[in-house]
Amino acid sequence: MKSRWLSTVPLFLLLALAVYFAFGLTQDPRTIHSVLIDKPLPAFDLPVFGQDGARITNEDLKGHVSLLNVLASWCVSCRAEHPLFVRLNDEKKVAIYGLAWKDKPDDLKQWLEELGNPYTRIADDASGRTAIDLGVTGAPETFVVDKRGRIRFKQVGVIDDFVWTQTLAPLVAKLEAEK
Amino acid sequence: MPPHPSRLRRVAFSPAGRRASALWWVAALLFSVASAYAVEPDEMLKDPVLEARARAVTRELRCVVCQNQSVDDSDAPLARDIRVLVRERIQMGDSDAAARDFIVARYGAYVLLRPPLQGDTLVLWFGPGLFLVGGLVLAWFYVARLNRAGAAPAALSASEEDAVRRRIDEQAGT
Repeated sequence: MKSRWLSTVPLFLLLALAVYFAFGLTQDPRTIHSVLIDKPLPAFDLPVFGQDGARITNEDLKGHVSLLNVLASWCVSCRAEHPLFVRLNDEKKVAIYGLAWKDKPDDLKQWLEELGNPYTRIADDASGRTAIDLGVTGAPETFVVDKRGRIRFKQVGVIDDFVWTQTLAPLVAKLEAEK
Repeated sequence: MPPHPSRLRRVAFSPAGRRASALWWVAALLFSVASAYAVEPDEMLKDPVLEARARAVTRELRCVVCQNQSVDDSDAPLARDIRVLVRERIQMGDSDAAARDFIVARYGAYVLLRPPLQGDTLVLWFGPGLFLVGGLVLAWFYVARLNRAGAAPAALSASEEDAVRRRIDEQAGT
């Protein structure tokens, strides 16, 4: 009967809303999805931290798969993920570049002396402009950069063992296989 | 009985009356306070026209740290950086739209406090209207059915009419 069919419409609307909210409300609203995925790294030309006169540009991240980690000595969570970077570097898993975001050189120097320096090189973004070009919303954030210098993934927040083994390690392996 | 006019005048100067007028003053002061913004004097452009444009642009940008504040309102260091950046762009001759797009190119349409009309915001823009129209359609069907049921009760069948007539005759007979 027609009216019986009609009376089930609100039920289906409710179910549709429930599914919509089930997906919508379980996402972390603090994670802003990067618009730079699959796009080339924004151009930068920054001093290399701790090497007087040396520069590092986005071109230097081409030719190999790498992580670009936004760090700062004032960032507490960066301290949490640092030991993993030290281990990854010791085991030569992947090249890790740092982007020191609005950090004081003395603070960063002391931080690296205390915790170790797993970074291939650290770009010193004292003004924070490169961080804005990268769409950085906070530290730590880590970009996975492919051999052609394109951003393929952005991790917002700490990289722990779980994130590394479940997400980043497989991705790095896949990107290594690309030409 | 209404109070005598002389008594009315006394009420205005009574403690209760003074309290009421004091309340009015407090309310007036509260609403006269201009909203406090996070913009520091050293960020401001000297040209008041450019500064006003920069303010208008940054008021429409979401602070990506605090997320429910505008860049203009937020004390976050990153919001300050973006305020300064927008002012630089405007000083360099960017239009308001170009300065805004410069930030959107880096952070996505999410930074716009007014969501633009695009594929992933269709539900946001038209969802409420669809629900309203859907609700009205359902209500219309429902009311139409009620009216049909109420206005035209089904006619009695022949056997029912017989039953009624018999009953009436029985009653009349007693």
